[in-house]
Amino acid sequence: MVPLNHYLVLSGLLFAIGTAGVFLRRNLITVLLSIEIMLNAVNLTFVAVGRYLNTVDGQIITFFVMTVAAAEAAVGLALVIALFRHRETLNPDAFTSLKW
Amino acid sequence: MSYYAFYVFAFIAIVSSLLVVGQKNPMHSVMLLIASFGALAGLYVLLDAPFTAVTQIIVYAGAIMVLFLFVVMLLNVPREEPTPASVSALLGPTGMRVGVVLSLLLAAEVVWAMSRVGVGVFSQGPGTASVSSVALIGRALFTRHAFAFEATSVLILVAMVGAVVLARREQH
Repeated sequence: MVPLNHYLVLSGLLFAIGTAGVFLRRNLITVLLSIEIMLNAVNLTFVAVGRYLNTVDGQIITFFVMTVAAAEAAVGLALVIALFRHRETLNPDAFTSLKW
Repeated sequence: MSYYAFYVFAFIAIVSSLLVVGQKNPMHSVMLLIASFGALAGLYVLLDAPFTAVTQIIVYAGAIMVLFLFVVMLLNVPREEPTPASVSALLGPTGMRVGVVLSLLLAAEVVWAMSRVGVGVFSQGPGTASVSSVALIGRALFTRHAFAFEATSVLILVAMVGAVVLARREQH
């Protein structure tokens, strides 16, 4: 079996890719997708370390992370729809009404 | 055998995640993210976590991505608009370059930190059967983590009501 640190490096890379998406993209839907990539990278770490320690707790916390991700996606996409209705754009730089 | 499977799945996950970030069309991004989630489900199978792999396919690739697809089709914005020049110099090409450098820096840091953990060989043998047992996961979920489990149901209810309220057309 591939050792633990391969899994950890893989999830670190996936997390960095997700962060790059949040930094670089100017489209709210792609930003939400990048957040999903980051959550998945963390899930992979939980499952790999849980397997390493021979406990099911890693999978249980992954279950909770998935639930929170589903709730986050639902509310986030509802916000995107509401914002699009007001401004007719998905560019996050267009939403600056609350900027001081 | 499992070595090759790991590297194939890892390659698919990284390449499709990079393409998700690189695509201009959000529809293609969603499709590629489904491929990435499939590869991660394969990695969960390699880690003796079949329950998590199935949940990954059903909840992520099934439910959440269908939600994203609905919104992408509903809004129908195939490409990204360029940022208006008046907003800020930080959001122009120079800011992009700073973002790329910061992301590469983060990747280097995380990979360096993770590879310092040590090799960490997985234990093999009869004791590992306890990790893949769905019965044990269910027992732990409904006894030790019962409060968190019930709190999750409240969270989903709140998210559902919130989504309906936010996306509702306001009456005038």
